[in-house]
Amino acid sequence: MSLLLLDDLSVTYRIASGEVPAVRGVSLGLEPGTALGVAGESGSGKSTLAMAMLRLLPRDARIGGRVLLDGEDVLTMKWGRLRAVRWAEASIVFQGAQHGLNPVRRIGDQIAEPLVVHGRARPEQARRRVAELLEQVGLPAWRARGYPHELSGGQRQRVMIAMALACSPRLIVADEPTTALDVMVQAQVLTLIRQLVAENDISLIMISHDLSVLADVCDRLAVMYAGRVVEHGPSREVFHDARHPYSRALAAAFPTVGDPASRLAPRGLGGDPPDPMRLPGGCSFHPRCPVALDGCSALDVELWPAGEGREAACVHARPKLTEAGEPATTAGEAP
Amino acid sequence: MTEVRESVAGDGVAARGALLEARGLHVEFASRGRRARAVDGVDLAIGAGEIVALVGESGCGKTTLARTLLGLERPASGSILYGGTALHYRSRALRAYRREVQLVLQDPMGSLNPRQTVYEAVAEGPRIHRLAGEQEVVASALARAGLRPPERFFLRYPHELSGGQRQRVVIAGALALDPKVLIADEPVASLDASVRGEILALLLRLRAELGLSALVVTHDLGLAWNIADRVAVMYLGRIVESGPVDRVLTEPRHPYTQALLSVLPESPERVVLTGEPPDPTRIPGGCRFHARCQVLASGRAADAGVDGRCRSESPAVLRAVPDAQAACHYAEATA
Amino acid sequence: MTGVAWTRRRLALGRFWGSFRRERAGLAGLVTLVVAVVLALIAPVFIDEGVTSVVSGTGERWAAPSLAEPFGTDESGRSILLMVWWGSRTSLLIGFLAALVSIVIGMVVGIAAGHLRGWAGAVLMRITDWFLVLPSLVTAMVLAAILGGSTFTIIMAIGVTTWPATARLIRAQTLSVEARPYIERSRALGGGHWHITTRHVLPNVAPLLLASTTLEVAGAIVTESTLAFLGVSANKTSWGTMLRGSYDYGAATHGAWWYIIIPGLCILAVVMAFTLCGRALEAVLNPQLRRAGA
Repeated sequence: MSLLLLDDLSVTYRIASGEVPAVRGVSLGLEPGTALGVAGESGSGKSTLAMAMLRLLPRDARIGGRVLLDGEDVLTMKWGRLRAVRWAEASIVFQGAQHGLNPVRRIGDQIAEPLVVHGRARPEQARRRVAELLEQVGLPAWRARGYPHELSGGQRQRVMIAMALACSPRLIVADEPTTALDVMVQAQVLTLIRQLVAENDISLIMISHDLSVLADVCDRLAVMYAGRVVEHGPSREVFHDARHPYSRALAAAFPTVGDPASRLAPRGLGGDPPDPMRLPGGCSFHPRCPVALDGCSALDVELWPAGEGREAACVHARPKLTEAGEPATTAGEAP
Repeated sequence: MTEVRESVAGDGVAARGALLEARGLHVEFASRGRRARAVDGVDLAIGAGEIVALVGESGCGKTTLARTLLGLERPASGSILYGGTALHYRSRALRAYRREVQLVLQDPMGSLNPRQTVYEAVAEGPRIHRLAGEQEVVASALARAGLRPPERFFLRYPHELSGGQRQRVVIAGALALDPKVLIADEPVASLDASVRGEILALLLRLRAELGLSALVVTHDLGLAWNIADRVAVMYLGRIVESGPVDRVLTEPRHPYTQALLSVLPESPERVVLTGEPPDPTRIPGGCRFHARCQVLASGRAADAGVDGRCRSESPAVLRAVPDAQAACHYAEATA
Repeated sequence: MTGVAWTRRRLALGRFWGSFRRERAGLAGLVTLVVAVVLALIAPVFIDEGVTSVVSGTGERWAAPSLAEPFGTDESGRSILLMVWWGSRTSLLIGFLAALVSIVIGMVVGIAAGHLRGWAGAVLMRITDWFLVLPSLVTAMVLAAILGGSTFTIIMAIGVTTWPATARLIRAQTLSVEARPYIERSRALGGGHWHITTRHVLPNVAPLLLASTTLEVAGAIVTESTLAFLGVSANKTSWGTMLRGSYDYGAATHGAWWYIIIPGLCILAVVMAFTLCGRALEAVLNPQLRRAGA
């Protein structure tokens, strides 16, 4: 059984000038002990998705669908149960480690907070657990007595990860955990995350705009565009042989050093990410799509099977009737 | 001292072809009562029509070097040469210099005054320099930056534009002065992945169409691979390796460059350096990288018989020549 | 081109008015202010300075409010209503001009102290601090005493003693604006000190300045009244001098509560109106407050 199952999840923000659909019907599953990467640009709904999983959204958000954690719906859970779930079963690591820590409290106290608050440990036990956690994320135990400003950006991100690990959760949601960190520090943090997931049998959902980082850490990848998953599959395959033109563009945006094809040839997409309040009709990617067909502006795309364990929401990836079927004929068959 | 200066100038190779050059540059700050040597002896030349990438982690002094090249920071010693003549810091000389060398910053939202329209933002340079035909200058700068038709953008405010469009406005503002060199500090770091390639392609196109030189400051080696002719890798105030991108990024000789490349996703073998980049107020003696150097730590330096020099002797400052070179005793000994 | 730019400005102004209108208290303050200022301006059409002259007092002395004299009369039989009306001219004039002096000094010193790095900025801040710790009321009294009591000296005395608070506020805002990347961009484009302060800093400081001005006027009116009550006045009838008169002639022992209450209420109403306006302006112009309120 899946540890986490998103079933037709949708999130709409209500603002003064109308309704903003941020997530529009996402269904994803996460097997225990695996890592899923969610890729997308700003406005693709990836961070909203992460918040929705733990019901951390502001009050003006309307949520639809189901979020099943071990078969239990997070969205309809009682408040007390939700709090227990947030600490003990699933925790979240935010981006921007600078603001995630309280500047006037000792690091050890902040890590121990969930343990003490939930009455899981007496102060003495909590102290020992904190030392253990700090060691796990590669920081010396004496750092517990220090304050956040004494740490560098990478060390602060390690503390954030230690906080997420405090109650031994089974699922960690990491939202851009390495954005704003330097290459070397990013490598350190990614190595740490990879190691923790492997050693402690934790499942991971990692969210980033950098497809290459996700492909490196995660088993499976989901690419989001305009609030929908447009491609989903094993990460190596999605990264190297994307079926959706948007995933292809994202993969090409971060070139492989040494690859002659990308030398002096930066690749990107024309146009800008769509305004969620004015989404284009049909396939919402069609105005920027380099391989769009005439029918794409009217075609309602959905995730179609696109190979072994893969799905893509593109007319080109749709199972064709004949192997040699021209894309044009495929478009002609569009309903 | 004079002798050294003359011998550097006498090199000729770089001096004749260089449009913008830093010679023996030192820049210092007072930081918490201590002297921080942010730039600690740098020779760097940018040829006409050349794109140079300056790569390094945060705190290595790359942004300070860029600001000094722009004349926004005054060096403690050494000089900036433009077209072979030293830059003077009198306000009139600086103003004339501004028409030749322009700046593009990382965060396009912050680089535009929220109260000014696109027209006013682009017209700012021409107004300061009292250029004739302001409206035509603005329109042509916007068109060259890829905002067409320019008139449609004149009266928009920054918050009404997308991230990519904002960065194009910032680039247009620089282009309005018809500069010969653009200094871009992380020009795509805060842009969406899909837009990134477009902005980099714009820089390449401006070089092809206008013969514009550029110094691109970045932490991203993929970006250097994408657009630069030459790359200079900076560590703790010094350039530790420089040369043509194809050489340096495929056959790096300095251990630091090797480590930076090895932590990129996709790379076969990772060398994750421990620790944070050291502090410019406390530059270690000997080779400034020796404390983190994996070649020294693994004993390979000792095998080559240079470990003593690594700890005690600082490698010579790299000269501003286009050939591949590395400031490393081990690389020299094993070359 | 300019036509469209104007249309955009008008739209922006329309939006500003739209959000100001939603601030009920601010709107009430604005209406009160407009009424007070209009009344002060049109006063000479109906009355003249004669209403404040002791010899022209024709009515009964210490008359309680009645239909004929709605606000009663004072010790010389002068109409309190007419005196309050005429006195509003002096009170408002001193309030506005003193605030203007204070704001101009505060703005120039504040922007300069925030913009100039190094010793110049430091010296300006030390001067500001020095003025800030001077007991402003005492200083104003001494200044007015030395220079002699005229409307001009009262204005200067208030203006010169109240600017440091504005200067500190403006300096803080200037520092925050100067930290933005667009200042760096402007400098790289070749912009000098004058260009950067007038094109970028001033427009970004202006909303704060506007809000602070309204509060400053209220403060100046209170200071003027205090000075007048303490005996330092412009020798013209103002709300402050009326309070002083009520005290000198023992209005309280005569049971003439109207002589004390009416000028007091006038001060209260105008100061309140300015404060409400200032608060509303702040809320409308400061995007952070606006977001928090939304």
